[in-house]
Amino acid sequence: MDPALRPSVDEVWHWLSEVPDPEIPVISLTDLGIIRDVEWRDDTLVVTVTPTYSGCPATTVINLDIEAALAGKGLDKVKLECRLSPAWTTDWISAEGREKLRDYGIAPPIDGTAADGVLMKRIDRLSGRSNLTIACPRCGSANTEKISQFGSTPCKASYRCTDCLEPFDYFKCI
Amino acid sequence: MATAALDPAARQAALLEFLLRVGDNTLILGHRVSEWCGHSPALEEDIALANTALDLIGQTQLWLGLAGEVEGKGRSADDLAYLRDGYEFRNILLVERPNGDFGKTLMRQFLFDAWHYLLLKALKGSSDTRIAEIAEKAFKEVSYHLDRSRDLVIRLGDGTAESHRRMQEALGELWPFTGEMFMSDALDAELVEAGIVPAPESLKAGWDEIVAETLAEGTLKKPADGYMHKGGRRGVHTEHLGFILSEMQFLQRAYPGATW
Repeated sequence: MDPALRPSVDEVWHWLSEVPDPEIPVISLTDLGIIRDVEWRDDTLVVTVTPTYSGCPATTVINLDIEAALAGKGLDKVKLECRLSPAWTTDWISAEGREKLRDYGIAPPIDGTAADGVLMKRIDRLSGRSNLTIACPRCGSANTEKISQFGSTPCKASYRCTDCLEPFDYFKCI
Repeated sequence: MATAALDPAARQAALLEFLLRVGDNTLILGHRVSEWCGHSPALEEDIALANTALDLIGQTQLWLGLAGEVEGKGRSADDLAYLRDGYEFRNILLVERPNGDFGKTLMRQFLFDAWHYLLLKALKGSSDTRIAEIAEKAFKEVSYHLDRSRDLVIRLGDGTAESHRRMQEALGELWPFTGEMFMSDALDAELVEAGIVPAPESLKAGWDEIVAETLAEGTLKKPADGYMHKGGRRGVHTEHLGFILSEMQFLQRAYPGATW
């Protein structure tokens, strides 16, 4: 590509902010915090992506979506690189992304509650014996209970509101 | 301590062996756990087991992918998973134990998770950054697995008379397969010396602590340490591995190179 016609890195970030997550299309790849870097290396645009879960089947689809979106903008030399470290954490989900999740019916993650092996303390933190609550994304009630530690995708857990009785997904913390 | 100047070929062989050991553990356990898909006692547990299996298979891709790279013969993670014979697998015998009932599957998971968690925690500090990076990623997922399997072992142990009986029985059956996690050989020694991996026996005290605390809370009695089975880490397996491989590898064996 003619260097003069190359889009700026900022512009590419903006385009990527319009690529939806394949599993949770209400948030974008940049909301999710998995795009770690965008840079030009000579005439090739290099996009560095970090996986959410190592076995997440969406990872392959995400890579294809990035390539397709950038090809749609006329970028034909795109290279995707996978970066494992620092490992992705739900803390990287943007503030805007969290609001979009809530509106969509998924309770956003509560930072600082990721499993860390300090078992009893964590169970206490999440079992109602603390002031941290996973609020129902529909009615806002704090009276919720865990149904299962896993949900419809690797990144979610299943909860239920004991007031409005609605079952919902909680974006679990890692 | 003097830093031994290791022969690079010997170092590479030891590293490959280690990567197969860790990657085959996640591969075989992931496959075993995935056998529950569509058969669990409750939908939520079905999803949980399938997700756990998915994490383990994802980690396998990272470990065996690196193994192929270290080996340098152009073998991919898929080649290593689908085209090796039983005697080339390096997983511990515990992970190839049949699933049994739901309680036994969870007991096996807990005994493994507690060890896997401690292993990955140590590997995060590996002098080989490629290993440290994979461990950092997997550690988060495995911490979550341990949360869950530990919780269920307690609930089923301290549950009904029937669930308690089954958990105690599962523990008794699986216990003789736990010793292999902490056994070491010359290959381990070489990598321990280089700061690449922790000494297997160094994980025992932490594991004992997690297990003792969990079993006590689940009103389960820790079996006495007796004879411990071994062999998986050097390719000597029980008859169960062959059945797993025949199912897992069928497609690539019958239709070599098949893609879709």
